[in-house]
Amino acid sequence: MHRKVNCIPSRCMKEFFHSTEHLVRVAILLLLGIGAFLLIRRAVVPADFGKYGHFRPAAMDDVSARPITFAGREVCEACHSDHAEVKAKGKHAGLGCEACHGPLARHAEDPASIVPKLPDTAVLCARCHEANSAKPKGFPQVVTAEHSAGLPCNTCHQPHSPQIDKEKIGGEKIGGE
Amino acid sequence: MDLTRRELLDKTVKWILLTGAAATAWDYVLAGKAEASPNYDMTKHWWAMVIDVDKCIGCGNCVRACAEENDVPEGFFRTWIERFHVEDWHSDRPQVDSPNGGYDGFADKHQSGKNFFVPKLCNHCADSPCVQVCPVGATFRTPDGVVLIDEKYCLGCRYCIQACPYGCRFLNPKKNTADKCTLCYHRITKGLTTACCEACPTQARVLADLKNPKDPVHEFLRTHNVQVLKPHMATGAKVFYNNLDGSVR
Repeated sequence: MHRKVNCIPSRCMKEFFHSTEHLVRVAILLLLGIGAFLLIRRAVVPADFGKYGHFRPAAMDDVSARPITFAGREVCEACHSDHAEVKAKGKHAGLGCEACHGPLARHAEDPASIVPKLPDTAVLCARCHEANSAKPKGFPQVVTAEHSAGLPCNTCHQPHSPQIDKEKIGGEKIGGE
Repeated sequence: MDLTRRELLDKTVKWILLTGAAATAWDYVLAGKAEASPNYDMTKHWWAMVIDVDKCIGCGNCVRACAEENDVPEGFFRTWIERFHVEDWHSDRPQVDSPNGGYDGFADKHQSGKNFFVPKLCNHCADSPCVQVCPVGATFRTPDGVVLIDEKYCLGCRYCIQACPYGCRFLNPKKNTADKCTLCYHRITKGLTTACCEACPTQARVLADLKNPKDPVHEFLRTHNVQVLKPHMATGAKVFYNNLDGSVR
């Protein structure tokens, strides 16, 4: 504290600084703190955070880096064009190959060592065509127990173009459904 | 300690300069990480989905395909199918069931009333409540209109799970982070359709790009009776349902 009423300016200032040393220390600590905060913030928050909104843009790359499991029908048709041609003419034209055959991106990458299993038509066809009151009225449905008594559907039908296959039953084509 | 004014100024200036220099140095250290730039321009897309309720047969192909593609834990669903049973005398109180999310299909059940399937998934809202409540910027909407989760930033606080009006989110028990449909962002950025659309046998669900003028979605939206779920919540939902019954919530 100042006790002297009259003082020479230079000496007065010296005393002022002497008596406010504690303030200077706090100021230095504050500056150090701000510096540390800025450094940590720069280290932790990515430089492009907030570029497109309040998020880390690299997170989009993280999500899109996931490998695919469904190859897509174009990839299948590149090799299996014979089946694709049959399918395109029948009622199953709109179906993707992997809707029935399952995800096969690994097979597409390595066709020799990863060979897909043929699905069991007795189970597979019923998933869609088993009668259910909640299904759309125009959708072809059967009660499989009455319709085929547990026989696999491909006993009579050709799944890629699902009419009665006359080669399979050894006679004329009977019906469309 | 004795500190003169000269010394004080000297030290202060040194500290400010040092902090600035260190910050600049850090910029150089961090500059090595460039943003991965795949062959995809996200400013040219605005993703949505169209679901035709009249075509859904409840086979569960979408649910199974989603689980395969995205490694969804058992008992949790990024997409699921609900069966609605609406009696004529109680048309605003539907009975809804979704056994195992429709993963195994549906056994025939109701013989009266109106019965139909409604597939559900994240609506990828343009103004999503889940994005607004996330305290750490872990849930966000991309510039191409897909709501995604940053698994590295997500704390697992569950705010977003409560905020979603459609019940589309869950806490992933393996990762302990929020989880939901990504609209197969890893596929659509490569030019493929989503796993559920690829596996859907009746084209009941179709991926749509609203920024692509050649996408048939524009014609479809103009000529069909199309709605979104809970429009009164103004979430900007982008999953459009064709011919949706009034009882669906």
